Amino acid sequence: MTTERTEDNERNEGTGRDADHGEWLEALADGEGYALVCPEGHGSLPPRRVCPECGSTSLSREPLPDAGVVETFSVVHVPSPGFADDAPYVNAVADFGPIRLTGVLRGIAAESDAVEIGRRVTATVEERATDGEPLIVFRSIGER
Amino acid sequence: MTDVRVAGVGLTRFGSHPDRTGRDLFATAALRAFEDAGVPRIDVGALHYGNFMGALAEHQGHQAPLMAEAAGVRCPATRYEQACASAGVAIREAVRTVRAGDADVVLAGGMERMTNLPTGEVTEGLAIAADDLFEVRAGVTFPGAYALMANAYFDAYGGSRRDLAHIASKNHANALPNEYAQYRREVSVDDALSAPPVAEPLHLYDACPITDGASALVIVSEEYAAENDVGAPVAVTGTGQGTDRMALGDRDHLARTPAADDAADAAYADAGVGPDDVDVAEVHDCFTIAEVLAVESLGFCSTGQGIGAARDGITTAGGDLPVNLSGGLKAKGHPVGATGGSQIAELTRLLRGDHPNSNYVDDAEVGVAHNAGGTVASAVVHVLEVAE
Repeated sequence: MTTERTEDNERNEGTGRDADHGEWLEALADGEGYALVCPEGHGSLPPRRVCPECGSTSLSREPLPDAGVVETFSVVHVPSPGFADDAPYVNAVADFGPIRLTGVLRGIAAESDAVEIGRRVTATVEERATDGEPLIVFRSIGER
Repeated sequence: MTDVRVAGVGLTRFGSHPDRTGRDLFATAALRAFEDAGVPRIDVGALHYGNFMGALAEHQGHQAPLMAEAAGVRCPATRYEQACASAGVAIREAVRTVRAGDADVVLAGGMERMTNLPTGEVTEGLAIAADDLFEVRAGVTFPGAYALMANAYFDAYGGSRRDLAHIASKNHANALPNEYAQYRREVSVDDALSAPPVAEPLHLYDACPITDGASALVIVSEEYAAENDVGAPVAVTGTGQGTDRMALGDRDHLARTPAADDAADAAYADAGVGPDDVDVAEVHDCFTIAEVLAVESLGFCSTGQGIGAARDGITTAGGDLPVNLSGGLKAKGHPVGATGGSQIAELTRLLRGDHPNSNYVDDAEVGVAHNAGGTVASAVVHVLEVAE
């Protein structure tokens, strides 16, 4: 589907706060995460009206691959107040084809030695331990 | 085009000033800058002022008129918010104002008050320089973001925590004689390695402190300095600015800073110099890894080689190209919205010969300042040269 956006179609109503972002997060939670991709192949995440790389207004929704690859990570010991009860936690950036996602890697010890770059992960939405807010979470797919 | 000179610089001591308002801090820096310049306030045609989180820290928006009052000037006054590069862009706009002929004398600088907030609120406040939807809500803190860059760097090019510890140790040593520095104590490589973790691989001494402080500069046209017999031996000959995607994960590479590459290229071209001409640099070392990325973007080291620059003695005080002789953000302190102005003030002092570390750069002619915002989604680079 191409979402050529005009003033007549300004908002996706009814998706909670932050409109397009909320809708995207719900899709990711349902296992239907997507990227917005322009004809040049640049990926981005909503809300977008133009491709941030080339300015194309022709953005199509493309499903994210089932698995991503951890490109970098950090074990966070000093959190923001919103993550007080989550710390220590593993923050990671993972490659999911046209885009990267930033999230928290769960299901392993929050120790540098327990994580490695190149680990294959899924992406879903879970709750923050601290306040129940939605959180992008990575979980490992088997062993590397 | 009018040539631009630094007529005077003023700084507060960087550190904890729990009893002082932001307006008083900036007033102090401005007072010192006017004393240093010997320029009457009535001649000031514009104030360009940087501040990042004043609305959170002091419940104070609309700070530019307040700071004009505090400095005793009445002129068009504008606040710039560009995260940690706020004062860098304020200085850049001061340079552009003078070059355009809009004013012969401009007051520029910045102020940040941070230590009056609990650490958690500062952590949260600094994090808002990142992408709220895709980074902050994913648990990215300011140290955490640079930690992600550090591990990406290690993976791509090699290097270790020990290499970063050499940067911390170097910058703490440089801060020892600096009367404006927050931390005037030595930190050894082993001290840095054994400090508690903040966001691994970064530990306590990889991170700059939380700091209150202000910086101010009196920037004038070359003609004004000559006509009014104002001593202004240091010229700003180059300015450049770059922008990248906001979120780290959206960048082409997780361990490079192309916004700073672009800012450096523009500033060097503007000044007609290159990296080989640079004798001394102040760079944005909010975290040790940031200094690595900075010296690569500025062309002092090739990509993947910056990690060894401090360890190998290239960027130490006695090295070929001393970096952060002020102590850097790391040891001098990082009052976010004041830092870009402080870097120019310190470089000016180093080039004039009145900095406590000027003896390391006796013959220096060309200095570079590198100021970055967020995870270098914004960068500003200036070239300063001894003109007289």
